[in-house]
Amino acid sequence: MIRKENLENIPALAENPIKNQIIEAFFDKRNQHGNEVGSFQEIGFEQFVMVMSHFRPPNLKTTKEEKQEMRKEKLRFLFNMHDTDGDGIITLQEYRKVVEELLSNSGAMDQDAAHEIADAAMLEVASTNVPQMSPEDHYEGITFQHFEQILKDLEMETRMFIRFLDVDTTTMHCGKATS
Amino acid sequence: AGQLVKLVRCDHIGGLFQHRAGSGRSLPEFGLLLLVIFVLLEGSLLPLGAASSTSKSCEEAKQGHTEVHNFTKKAFPVLGVDYGHIKNPFEISLWVLLACLMKLGFHLIPRLSSIVPESCLLIVVGLLVGGLIKLAREEVPPVLDSKFFFLYLLPPIILDAGYFLPIRPFMENLGTILMFAVIGTLWNAFFIGGLLYGICQISNSDLTAIGILPCLLFGSIISAVDPVAVLAVFEEIHINELLHILVFGESLLNDAVTVVLYHLFEEFSVDGSVTVLDGILGVISFLVVALGGVLFGAMYGFLAALTSRFTSHTRVIEPLFAFLYSYMAYLSAEVFHLSGIMALIACGAVMRPYIEANISHKSHTTIKYFLKMLSSVSETLIFIFLGVATVDGRHSWNWIFVTMSVVLCLVARVIGVVGLTFIINKFRIVKLTTKDQFIIAYGGLRGAIAFSLGFLLKEDHFHMRDMFLTAIITVIFFTVFVQGMTIKPLVELLAVKKKQEAKRSINEEIHTQFLDHLLTGIEDICGHYGHHHWKDKLNRFNKKYVKKFLIVSERSKEPQLIAFYHKMEMKQAIQLVESGGGSKLPSAVPSTVSMQNIQPKNPPATTKPAERVLPQLSKGREEEIRKILRSNLQRTRQRLHSYNRHTLVADPYEDGFSDLILKKQRMMIKEMTNYLTVPAAAPDSPTMVRARLASDPQSYNMKPVSGGVPTIQVDLASPQSPDSVRLLDELGEADGKEQEKDQGLTMKLPGGSSRPNKPGETENTREQQKLTRCLSDPGPSADEDEDEPFLP
Repeated sequence: MIRKENLENIPALAENPIKNQIIEAFFDKRNQHGNEVGSFQEIGFEQFVMVMSHFRPPNLKTTKEEKQEMRKEKLRFLFNMHDTDGDGIITLQEYRKVVEELLSNSGAMDQDAAHEIADAAMLEVASTNVPQMSPEDHYEGITFQHFEQILKDLEMETRMFIRFLDVDTTTMHCGKATS
Repeated sequence: AGQLVKLVRCDHIGGLFQHRAGSGRSLPEFGLLLLVIFVLLEGSLLPLGAASSTSKSCEEAKQGHTEVHNFTKKAFPVLGVDYGHIKNPFEISLWVLLACLMKLGFHLIPRLSSIVPESCLLIVVGLLVGGLIKLAREEVPPVLDSKFFFLYLLPPIILDAGYFLPIRPFMENLGTILMFAVIGTLWNAFFIGGLLYGICQISNSDLTAIGILPCLLFGSIISAVDPVAVLAVFEEIHINELLHILVFGESLLNDAVTVVLYHLFEEFSVDGSVTVLDGILGVISFLVVALGGVLFGAMYGFLAALTSRFTSHTRVIEPLFAFLYSYMAYLSAEVFHLSGIMALIACGAVMRPYIEANISHKSHTTIKYFLKMLSSVSETLIFIFLGVATVDGRHSWNWIFVTMSVVLCLVARVIGVVGLTFIINKFRIVKLTTKDQFIIAYGGLRGAIAFSLGFLLKEDHFHMRDMFLTAIITVIFFTVFVQGMTIKPLVELLAVKKKQEAKRSINEEIHTQFLDHLLTGIEDICGHYGHHHWKDKLNRFNKKYVKKFLIVSERSKEPQLIAFYHKMEMKQAIQLVESGGGSKLPSAVPSTVSMQNIQPKNPPATTKPAERVLPQLSKGREEEIRKILRSNLQRTRQRLHSYNRHTLVADPYEDGFSDLILKKQRMMIKEMTNYLTVPAAAPDSPTMVRARLASDPQSYNMKPVSGGVPTIQVDLASPQSPDSVRLLDELGEADGKEQEKDQGLTMKLPGGSSRPNKPGETENTREQQKLTRCLSDPGPSADEDEDEPFLP
């Protein structure tokens, strides 16, 4: 069984700006293709593989519908990573946090700039999906549909994959697994 | 005879005139036609006139010399003709002028340019011009002289391609491209060469004399896909990015293979045999040529980037560095018989990100336009010359050889592409469909490079050179005309995916970066040193060391996301100003959503009072903003006359200041240097205020440099930023107020104690006012409005 500390101890991961989100994602129950919410304290191999399965590439035999499914799955994974409180919407605060984390690695972090960017991005999502809103309406946050809509040009199914060409089980080090 | 020819031509052209007039051409095209004919006439008449005049002037000179003592009164030659003096530059200019006029002409004729690709038309023009010159029985200038071609005509096109190469798709498909370029070309060369040899042996004409090596040489010349032709044709059909980069990348990278094969077979055709050792040496040579070329290019690219770091004082010559270093990379590579094309590509691709971060926007625009202009002219000239050289060349037509070479070219290409795709698809995620394969095969055009290589062959070594040239020309004509003309309708017919007008949204950018980090993280967790891992490492290395070294100091730290965001903001701001108001910010879907809709309904208690509310720009507001922008522009212009040296010295020549102002500035500089202390090591950049626009990733927030250097803060915030909102409100009140209130650039003196009050200096205590400034696109038209650009 792996715990969060095991993953956090991986040295190569230290410089990754979104390290915490990634680690959270492994322990997120929503990524287990089930209907549970919340997070695990520790995960076993099966759960680990379930998370990794989100990074399967399509192959020659994947039909168009399967590709759509894959894309939805991957987008869902990303969505869960952003939606930290699990309410099904990415609020402005959560999105701001995302951009902050992304920029956290680049030295002098300008929080204002991060907020500006997040705000602009949110504005974009809102204007594309709900074009007509009166000034009193409030846009709660990005729902999964809106998320899908805004990222439909990125072709997730062909970009979000890990290629394991030469891997054998011995190279799959996932920190020291304490028994 | 000259007179006769003149008459003939006049008649001919007169006939053309009537025909044209009869068909009811519209006036501007008619005028253009007249112009062209005039140019042609001038070009042909002047040399004829010169022949008679040069002798006359020679005589006169002799006479004048001998008669210097017996000074007989002779009329002073008021008007003389000396054509020989300017012959060469004149002819060159005439050719270029002709090429440009042709280009103009084609685009005036609407239907023609959509049916026939420009390259075909240009070749036809070349044929015509060559025919005309031949009619005049003048010597056709050896226009497609290989030296001229390789040293002057080809580099601009390749540099243009390399500088604007879309790096991301190129790198993503690098494996595929390399496979096609290297293995595809090798396959083509050997297939064509070998089969031609076989056919030559079978045929019972004098073709049997051709050995295997010349055949292979011919194969290697004809097998390479030509970047010029591909560019010319593919630019007009707008296919999707993947196919474009595949064919185009292949055409660029196969140069190394061509160079090696060409030299290999040329050398050994003389000797007569090739051994296994030679084969191995050839392979090694290939690696050396390719990697050496890239290395040279990268080296020069770094030098160019480094140089551009220090050009903040001499903005005018910045573009020159880009061109010179690249050209030298090309030439240096050619010295060692390395692949000059790959050197150029590497140089352009390496230096671009750093140069763009360092140079001013005007220089950036200059580079862009100059490159496009040079490459466009080069391309046009190449095609015209191809036509001329066809008419002029000595041809030796041999039905079997020529037709078989055309057929074999096609067959080899198809087999090659299909076979390679089969292998490649096993390794690709995005597979290449049959449609893609067809386009790739069909887009394998041959062009002027093949011709020039053939031209380079020495006559004494290759007695069948003429036949080779004829065959090469035939293949080129076939590919350019037939394939070039039909590819557009085929693309439509097969419904190949077209290029998407990509409008990058900020969300996509955020998530692209997010994905990169995510995938790198996952790879790290699994201990798998994949693709992303190395890319990430390279990026980090780049950021940590290279950027610091090559980019002017503060700009090296700007993260990509912020740069992208600023770029977008500026674009929107500019569009706003340019759109002349009345219309909303251009967006795909007109929307009334504003930031107010997004802000959380109950802001938590900890939010600062300065919580931003970015207003949606209503009509009235837009009007206001524009008025304010304009008035600010005016005010800052007035202000600048009294500003210190840091703004003014930057580029007095570029900004076209009059000499008087310059002198005034210099006087002021002398004055001020008495007061200001400038720390020795202060880099110039923080104090230089740059006017940058959309295409530059620019950090606009310049932190004041500690020390005694006065800094000028300009925050190019977009009209939507809260700071400009504040500005709006203040200026709204300030409309009637005195000019003393500083609205524009402010000069904040450091420490600020004992400095005398200078005009333009403001209260240090006051908060920095930020100016929203939108400059219109500094294309040629806009620059005329800016007679006194206020900032370099």
